[in-house]
Parts: sequence; C-alpha cells; structure tokens
Amino acid sequence: MGKYRRHFTVVAVLVVLGTVFMDWLLRTVLYLPPEASTQARIVDGLLRIHIALIAFFFSLIVVFVAYSVIVFRARPGEEGDGDFIHGHTTLEIVWTAVPLVIVIVLGLIGARTLNEMTAPQPNEMVIQVVGRQWSWTFTYPDTGITSSEMVVPVDQPILLKMESPDVIHSFYVAEFRIKQDLVPGRVTEVRFTPTQTGVFLVRCAELCGTAHADMRAPVRVVTQEEYQAWVQEQSAQPADDPVALGQKVAETQGCLACHSIDGTRLVGPTWQGLFGKEEALEDGRTVTVDEAYLYRAIVDPDAEIVAGFPPGVMPQNYGEVLSEEEIQALIEYIKSLQ
Amino acid sequence: MTLFSLGLVRGIIGQVIAFLAGMALVVVIRALMGLPAWAAEPAWVVGGLVSIVGFLVGVGALSDWLKWIRGEETPLRHGPPEGKPAWVRYFEVDYNHKVIGVQYTVWGLFLLMTGGFFALAFRTELVQAGIQFLGYDLFNSFIGLHGIVMIAAILLGVGGMANYLVPLMIGAEDMAFPRLNALGFWINVPGTLLILLSLVVGGWDAGWTGYPPLSARGPIGYQLFFLGVYAVGLSSIVGSINLIVTTLRMRSKGMSLFRMPIFVWAVFATSLIQLTATQLIGLSFLMVLVERVLGMGFFDPGVAGPGQQLMEGGGDPLLFQHLFWFYSHPAVYIFILPGLGIISELLPVFARKPLFGYKWIAMSSLAIALVGFLVWAHHMFVSGMNPDLRIPFMFSTLLVAVPTGVKFFSWVGTLWGGKLHFPTPMLFVLGAISVFLIGGLTGPMLATVTTDIPLHDTYFVVGHFHATMFGGFVFPFFAALYYWYPKVTGRMYNETLGKIHFWIMTPAFWVQTLGQMTTGMMGMRRRIADYDPTLGAGNIEAVHLVITLAGFAIALGVVLMVYNFIQSAEVGARAGVNPWRSRSPEWQIPSPVPEHSFPSPLRVVGEPYDYGRPGAYVALGAAGDD
Repeated sequence: MGKYRRHFTVVAVLVVLGTVFMDWLLRTVLYLPPEASTQARIVDGLLRIHIALIAFFFSLIVVFVAYSVIVFRARPGEEGDGDFIHGHTTLEIVWTAVPLVIVIVLGLIGARTLNEMTAPQPNEMVIQVVGRQWSWTFTYPDTGITSSEMVVPVDQPILLKMESPDVIHSFYVAEFRIKQDLVPGRVTEVRFTPTQTGVFLVRCAELCGTAHADMRAPVRVVTQEEYQAWVQEQSAQPADDPVALGQKVAETQGCLACHSIDGTRLVGPTWQGLFGKEEALEDGRTVTVDEAYLYRAIVDPDAEIVAGFPPGVMPQNYGEVLSEEEIQALIEYIKSLQ
Repeated sequence: MTLFSLGLVRGIIGQVIAFLAGMALVVVIRALMGLPAWAAEPAWVVGGLVSIVGFLVGVGALSDWLKWIRGEETPLRHGPPEGKPAWVRYFEVDYNHKVIGVQYTVWGLFLLMTGGFFALAFRTELVQAGIQFLGYDLFNSFIGLHGIVMIAAILLGVGGMANYLVPLMIGAEDMAFPRLNALGFWINVPGTLLILLSLVVGGWDAGWTGYPPLSARGPIGYQLFFLGVYAVGLSSIVGSINLIVTTLRMRSKGMSLFRMPIFVWAVFATSLIQLTATQLIGLSFLMVLVERVLGMGFFDPGVAGPGQQLMEGGGDPLLFQHLFWFYSHPAVYIFILPGLGIISELLPVFARKPLFGYKWIAMSSLAIALVGFLVWAHHMFVSGMNPDLRIPFMFSTLLVAVPTGVKFFSWVGTLWGGKLHFPTPMLFVLGAISVFLIGGLTGPMLATVTTDIPLHDTYFVVGHFHATMFGGFVFPFFAALYYWYPKVTGRMYNETLGKIHFWIMTPAFWVQTLGQMTTGMMGMRRRIADYDPTLGAGNIEAVHLVITLAGFAIALGVVLMVYNFIQSAEVGARAGVNPWRSRSPEWQIPSPVPEHSFPSPLRVVGEPYDYGRPGAYVALGAAGDD
C-alpha cells in the first residue's frame, strides 16, 4: 500500500472538498415546499442528515473512480496489466461494518422521528375526510359542518379520520409533509399540526382513475378568530333556499369534480346553460334537458348518456345517498346556472 | 420457403385462431346456459387465455412433448432447419441456447423501444401543464404500459444475457433443459402481445401495479394485462429452474463454485428469486381477474362505487398489496443483480487487474437476494397497514445498503491501480456505476419511514427507481451488448458510434433522473396527466421540459446503437477470437461461437480474474494438450 500513499492523500482531500460542495449543491438545488406543520420540521431535519450522508458517499465513490480513470488510465500503446491485488479482508470487513452501523443509527433516528410525527396530541380536533373519485369532503363532528374545503386553526393539532367509498386515494399535503392512503372498507388516520397560515392544497397521491390528476381541495389554515367566524358563517347558512342548498350538495357530494359550472369540459357535461338545452345522446336520440331528465340523470346516470361522454363513470347510487329534497335542490341549482 | 413457414408467423396465426375459438366457446356455453350469448369480458378473458396456448402450438414450442406423449422419439436438431436459410432459425423454435439467447435479447430490445415510445408520448404531454394531446385515460394507460412493457423488456434482456452466457462461462454444452428453454422464451411473445392488445379494449388506468379496487372495475384492457403478465411470469419461472439446474449440475471439470465467472453468481442469485417469488404476482393478478369475471370478493370490501353494482365484498384491498409486493420488490433485484454482475465481470478485463474481493461480491449478490425477500412492505408505509410494522420493514430495507455498498467499494478496489482502457463497453460500465450510485444513495431516504411519507408516490420515487433500473440494468445491458457483440456476430461494432451513444445518453440520463427527483421534492405526484404549474415556485414546467428533452436524447442514443448493430453485422471488421484479451471461457473459442461451443471439454486450470499473473483460467482439450 505504501506506493499509493501520495494517491490516497490527494483522494482524501478531494473527498472532503467534494462532500462540502455536494452538500451545498444539494441544499441549494433541491427545492422543498415551505414547512407549514410540526411534522414538516421533523421530516426536514432527517432529510438534512440524509443529504449530508449522500454528499459524503457520492463524493467518496465518484472521487475514487474519477481519480482512477485519470491517473491509472493505460497510456497509448500500453498493453501491460495492473497491480496484482486480489482483495483485502480488513478493508472488506470495514466497509461492511461501517455502513451497517450507519444504517442502524439511521433506522433508530427514523423510528424516533416517526413516533414524534405520529404521536397523539392533547386537544386534538377531529375532522372526518371522505375521498371519492374525484373530490374531497370534510366533516366536522363537533359542529356538524360539511365542507368541500378544509379550514383549520393554526397551531391546532388535527386528527383526520378518513374513508373512501370507491377506490384507494391518498391524502397528501406537500407543505405539511404528510401522506396517508384512504382504503375502502377501513378508516385510516393521520395527524398534523399546522404552523403557518395560508392556503395549501390536498392532492390525491394514489392513482384513482380518469381524473386523478385533478383530485384536490383547498386546505385553509387561519387564525383562531377567523376559524370561529367561518364556523359561524357555515352554521348560519339558510337551508330554505333550494338553490343555496343545491350548491352545497354539489360541492360536498363531489358533483363539481366532473361537472363544471363555467362551461369548461371536464369528465362529465358542464352544467352551465344545461337546463333547457337539446342534448344528443350516445344511442342517437336527442333529449330536452328538463326537470325529469335531470332527475333520471342523477339517479340512473347510465340510462341516457350524453354523446361524447363515457358511461360507467358516475356513481350509480346517488338515488340512495341523496334525500329527495337534496335532489330537487340540486336540480334547482342546475336550473339557476344559465 | 414462404412467410407462413416461419415459426413466429405460424404462432401469431395460431394465437388469433385460438383467441376466436376461446371467445366462441364462451358464447356457446352462455347460450346453452340460457344467458345472453355475448358478454365481452368473459369472452376476452377465455379467448386471451386460450390464445397463449394457440401461439405455443402454432410456433411449435410444444411439439416435442406432444410427440413424447404419443411415444415418438425426438432427437435434438443441431444447426439451422434443413432446406431453409440460416437466419430462419431465429424465428423458429430452436433448442440451441445461443439462438435462444439472441431471441430473448432481440425481443427484449424491441420491447425496450416500445416501452420507450410510450414514455416519449406521455413525457411530451407533460412538457406543459394542462392537457394537450393525450386525454386522461390514454395517459393513464400509457404510464401503465410503459411500466409493464419495460419490466417485460428487462426480464427478456436478463434472460438473453443469462441464456447466451451461462453455459459458455461454465463450459456446458447447452442448458440443462433445451425444450423448456425454448418454451421459456416463446411464451413471452403471446404474453407481451396480449399486453399491447389491451390498448384496443380500453387500456387500463391503474398503472403497472394494478391495485384493486380500481383494477377490479374499469375497462377489459386490465384482463389482457393480467393474462400477459401471467405468461411473462411463467417464462421467468421455467427459465430460472433451467438456470439453477444448469449452474449446479453442468459445470465443466474443475469449475468449482468459487471459480465461476462472477456473472454466473449474479444470475444464480437472480434465478433463486425468480423461482420463488414470481408466483405471487401471478397469483395476485389472477385473483383480481377472477374477482372481475366471477365476482369473487378477494379484495373488494363490499362498498358500492361508481359504475358498479355492489360486489360480493368481504375482501381487503391491502391483501393485494402484500401479495403483489412480495414479488414486485424482489423483482427489482431480479432486474439489477445480473447488471451488477456484468459490471463486476467487465471491470477486471478493462482494468487489467483481478476482481477485488471475488467471494465478497458473490456473497453480496446472495445477501441482496435474501434480504430482498424481507423488505416488501416498504412500498406500503402510507397504505394503512398496521403502523407498527413500518419499523421492522424500515430496518430490513436499510440493510440492503450494506451488501450494495460492498459491491461499490469492490469496484473501486478493482479500478484502483489498474491499467484502464476505455472502449464503449467500459464507458457504459462506468456510466452504470455513476447512475446506480445515484439510485442507491437515494434509497435510504425512501427506506426511512419519516422521510418516505412526503416522498412516497412522488416523482422523487420515479427518479430513484429509474436511476436503479438504468444503473442496474440498462447501462450494464448496453455494456454487455457492445462487449459480446463481436462474440455473437464475429464482427466488431463501430466504436465511434458507440462512444457517441454513450456521451449522448449518460449526461441525458443524469439530467433526467435528477430532474425527476427535483420535481418530486417540489411535490409533483406520480402518475398524473396534469400538474399544477405553480409548484416549485413556478419552475416546474421548465424542469419538465428538460426531463422530456433528456428522454428524447436517450431515445436517440438507443436508435444509434440499434443502427450500429445492424450496420456492423454487414460491414464490421472481423473481430477475431479474443479482442478484449479476456480470460473468460467464451473468449477462448471462435467468434461467432460454433454450433457446438467447445470442440473438446473445457478444463479449469487457474483463477478467473488473475490478470497480471501468467497462466490461463481455462484450457481446451485433454490435460496433455496445453
């Protein structure tokens, strides 16, 4: 090994420089969304340890390989062999044992931080989440409020209890660094404590069919006072106005995930200007959109599919999920969108 | 000699006829039962299933066994079929492992380019936010097709290298079971054709992982996808039995286990995984298939969903994920171990130096294979499974880093103090090390539950596994193609074109994988047709454009390689017996390798990688001859 002493010294210096440079580069280039929850701080702390380790091991291997490529290259016409080195048992043991210790330590840190992230907090506020193809609904059991956006007070520990009536979805808010699947047939839980006010988005992170990319909903983190005001406003909503009730149903039952109210073509036909229109159907007939047609289209959607739209996409069970009053309100709401 | 006398054409005709016959069978049975005669889904399923057998009968992969049943003798034919040109044997059932190796490799390359085409299509869609030319459903089908077609391509590439090289490297006359070997290749063809055919019956929109309940509803394309994967999986199983038996029973005199070329160790470890894990993906997809056709509620918990009647219910969606990942995680080691074996195999030749720590590298392959069985649930950290299980699976997953590290350090040890030469294969080996390093180092971040939670199902994962797949398979596979091309064809490829290919593809891949990881950090989810242009402080569209351009550059490199190989087969210089001055057995016999590889039995007289020391590794002929 003596003949390599000078080479090893140069490589060691380059590895140190490389590590410092890579660590700086990765921290600069990798863009992380803002840290907006307690969980995000915990995750990012461990992320920085990982980045430092990556910087070191990347430099270690790359410097050794690049140095060999330059210094130990065969000169033109050189046909001889390299040094006859078969292996080195001590080295093998060292480079087995050291990574072993590192990954065990990483695992211990991982286990501890995971516990920190998921530990139950005092005074948790429970929100029930329903994710369905392709929308989100949030229900607050304390106040009975149901909403298509999630509104939470800042610094309030939140516990989500989540369900899906159709396929697997995943609740993912990048700024909170949390993700949890919603699995049909069971209730899954996830905890977070928002630390920054602002509007974030929950995005579905598990491929869930056609409009998966669009399955998102706003998460508004507000001050305690703003939250109280929102609760007041939601609770005070008059239920006797059928159009307002219809709008509420459309927002919370996922209708608007597939039907726009501004003329945009989504998975299903837009509701803007729909009422009174002549629609061509898949089977060649035409139909005038009146109350009776809208009713049929809600409770038995595949019976008369509008030309150019796929059958089998809309849930078949709205006749059971919605009350008679809600269906009538929905029709009134669609009529109002002229 | 007509087109119809080609085995491949007969096979496809047989597949079409059997498909129609299977459909007719369903129609007749339903009519006899008094049901409406036509039901699309059962007809396509039975037709698809029967069509696989139809292809095998048509191509002739079952002929010898059928003759055995009738009591007829079937001698092994050697050389091209009588009265036909020599190239015809590559389109026929042939029992020579070198022909089968080439068949695997060429079909693998075809699938690699098909899978790449799907990728270029949806990468182009992703250049801008919004939907431009691929609709949601086509986009969702394309990502799944890209995944599964690439997986089939990799399995075929691995099969190609293993079939061609293992018998030559251990001095065996052929594989242990030549007819099984042919079946193992040919069953891939109807399987992959079914997967591609799924596009005409609506595609399938759940990605290659096919999680139910989503995959238990939706278009018929799913069923053809399941059947196709089943056929390809069958190929893995019969191929691995063959390789294990060949390695254990057919080594030449003196070829002890620790004197085998290191690539054979890698293939052996891979075959052990293939033999024991592949059943689970076949089973999990089969269960979804019958859940759809027969209403068995294996995975459906019994909730009504869009467009579906209430199913039987009582099932569990998470059960599928456990079954699926029990194969599909070890599967990534099936993909990368042979590639890492190629790196270890080629480095000593071009460093003119012994392989550093041969036994440690051999054992690290087995260690990765073993630990690989204990890590599957790291794909399920946010799935809703028992949260306490996450900790043991985190530790077992992190453990994979240890044997992988041994390989890296041993490669560095092999390079250090060598006399390095840099023809195209060596460049691809170095490229593989650099790329696999990126993939390997980003692994622990995803193994640690805490950091996996935000990164799971984002483009960070996409970047990570593309780096492991390219570093562990694609780069080493290309290195192997350039390296053994002169042995297979007898001619040298064009070195300049090879180097251009390398210098286009390698930086492009670095950019692509790092770009993917960056968008993942920004919050870009996997498998979305459209994304939010405000992510990453508004920079995400620019990054997506760069990723897409890099993808096209990689495709250009692959096209250059294929052109190089086709052209050099005609005009390349004669390669000679041993252009790389390798000690390995296959380089001691003529190029291209004759029908009977070894004119006389191979004897092992030295160590495989003793570059820098006089004396050979192997000798041909009786002991007195050398």
